[in-house]
Amino acid sequence: MAVIKLSASKIDELKDVCKSFNNDKGELINVLHKAQGIFGYLPAEVQEIIAKELKISVAQVYGVVSFYSFFTMTPKGEHPISICLGTACYVRGAEKIIEEFKRVLNISVGETTPDGKFSLACLRCVGACGLAPVVLVGDKVYGRLSADSVKEIVSEYTK
Amino acid sequence: METIKINIDNKIVEVAKGSTILEAAKQVGIHIPTLCHLHLHDLNIENKPAGCRICVVEVAGRKNLAPACATECLEGMVINTNNIHVLNARKTVLELILSDHPTDCLICAKNGDCELQSMAQEFGIRKIHYEGEQSTYREDTSPAIIRDVDKCIMCRRCEMMCNEVQTVGVLSAVNRGFMSVVAPAFEMNLDHSECTYCGQCVAVCPTGALTEVDHTNAVIRALADPTKTVVVQTAPAVRAALGEEFGLEPGTLVTGKLAAALRRLGFNYVFDTDFAADLTIMEEGTELLDRLNRHLNGDKNVALPILTSCCPGWVNFFEHQFPEMINIPSTARSPQQMFGAIAKTYFADKIGVKREDLVVVSVMPCLAKKYECQRDEFKTNGNPDVDYSISTRELAHLIKQLNITFNELPDEDFDAPLGESTGAAVIFGTTGGVIEAAVRTAYEVQTGKKLDKVDFQELRGMEFIREATIDFDGLPIKIGIAHGLGNARKLLEEIKAGKSTYHAIEIMACPGGCIGGGGQPLHHGDSSILKARQKAIYSEDASKVIRKSHENRYIVKLYEEFLGKPCGELSHHLLHTHYFDKTVEIKVVE
Repeated sequence: MAVIKLSASKIDELKDVCKSFNNDKGELINVLHKAQGIFGYLPAEVQEIIAKELKISVAQVYGVVSFYSFFTMTPKGEHPISICLGTACYVRGAEKIIEEFKRVLNISVGETTPDGKFSLACLRCVGACGLAPVVLVGDKVYGRLSADSVKEIVSEYTK
Repeated sequence: METIKINIDNKIVEVAKGSTILEAAKQVGIHIPTLCHLHLHDLNIENKPAGCRICVVEVAGRKNLAPACATECLEGMVINTNNIHVLNARKTVLELILSDHPTDCLICAKNGDCELQSMAQEFGIRKIHYEGEQSTYREDTSPAIIRDVDKCIMCRRCEMMCNEVQTVGVLSAVNRGFMSVVAPAFEMNLDHSECTYCGQCVAVCPTGALTEVDHTNAVIRALADPTKTVVVQTAPAVRAALGEEFGLEPGTLVTGKLAAALRRLGFNYVFDTDFAADLTIMEEGTELLDRLNRHLNGDKNVALPILTSCCPGWVNFFEHQFPEMINIPSTARSPQQMFGAIAKTYFADKIGVKREDLVVVSVMPCLAKKYECQRDEFKTNGNPDVDYSISTRELAHLIKQLNITFNELPDEDFDAPLGESTGAAVIFGTTGGVIEAAVRTAYEVQTGKKLDKVDFQELRGMEFIREATIDFDGLPIKIGIAHGLGNARKLLEEIKAGKSTYHAIEIMACPGGCIGGGGQPLHHGDSSILKARQKAIYSEDASKVIRKSHENRYIVKLYEEFLGKPCGELSHHLLHTHYFDKTVEIKVVE
């Protein structure tokens, strides 16, 4: 399993984030948002720390994390793959691209490969409809894709 | 008080400004059904998320129906609580709730005591017109409480008790929509959480979603086993509430019938936890005076205040939440555990029965006691001092199952020697009682003088945090009392900040003390029941000839024959304990 470690420096960074919101429990969603930016996901330990800093119960923190689909407790891969399912991408065959990624990586949407290299997610419209169908790997955009090109993209990152 | 006039069902009502429609309707005798709403007036606890929508009413000029529990009355408001539109809406709401609720009422632990079931009966539901998928979730069984959230209607009462009243913070609504459930963090099981097992969630749950772990069958098996000698102890608060399960008025004392019923059930010896409460006073009182006198003599190593330790929910609370303070509470075990330790040594020897062949059953107003009796430190070679702890509700079921007509039983006495007790022991059942009992003994031991008056009204009441200074013949002893863990937290924070000036503090986890325990007959939101139970407890104390623990002749005898002296070596071994830091540490990986 991919282990994403909680380093002491990142914990300090997290505590600083809480402090920047005055440790106000009303700012929980903002804190979680930033925390996910730091760690890439929100493991139980991170939620424990936030609960302590904001002086609320960890059950309440988890209540919010589990409510919003944006928040995730699963670590993203080193190369997070996001497939656009906006209208333009959808009608131009995004679904086939998802199926191909699932087949090549052998994971479902929302999962991470066992070696921690790739994770698969869907999103709605990245504003590049002219390039439909569009896939993002990290910050890099791939456009006008077909199912055949999926293997090629993956191999770029497995060298 | 500013008032306004409104019209409910063509009746003009004058109500205090700020009243809800529900409160106004109650004033004129109109019963609006509620499900998620809970208001414990005497304790100032209210839950009104307006989530269930059962209490909807029609307000003239408003487009949609209004939830009566959470809608404030406005001057001149015209309200209709029972027209066809309102009744149909309520019925639809109830049918929708029932469409996602198991219909196994016949075999549900709450059968006959369920608010949802009563409502279905009241509404005359004969058919559920909505069919579809039902939400399912795993059942979670802990040492004391069972969560079966398939039966949860998301009223959020348990959350309110756990977070706002008790400040334990274990339960929260998690996930969303159809998948939402009330659960501990990360949906772990209760026994992995910081749950104190106070059982206040169970006490307010309107359905069978939260219930106690039932040991009645284990007790029946033990009673049927000819190789076992079975003794029973019953806590002070049980006698002030058990009658309610048999239709008696709240506050009816059933001490004599209770002893008779236990004897009819087949217990070989019918004893009283009150005996152990007197013993607790001997140990805890001695410890209090020892710490007090050493402190007064300038010993810097002695920490004050001393905190009571009778309440297992409270013990769980500070072990999880205030681990840095585990040396402050008294080391005295709870009366349940003192009783078990004495029964399985002194008493077992006396009647010539081996420890393994003696079964100790306790009847408690409490669910945390179920966990407490399973703690490893209260076992000898794996054999627990108390084998089974059943709640007041379970005892009522047991009595009904064994065909005993409770209300027609004669009044009987407890057996000697572990059934003899004083008025000081009885008041353990209410908030303020333990410390009053301790004062009665500590005063006489410390001053060497006899108390003229044993009633300390200044320690009594229902306010959440109380304080009083008792004059120990020139020495002022400052006492604090808190019930409800959220209030205990306030006093603990004070101690932590070095601002506490108390010498001794009594803490009870449940609002009202044991009379309001998680194992008591359900009050269904009527907090006047707790007051009636409290009154009953004090009346039993007043009716006793002996009202000071150190004057219990069997306690005196126990020390002479067996224990030696309070806080002596054997007492220390059998009657005292130690606490554990149970906080979860966050692992930091470099």
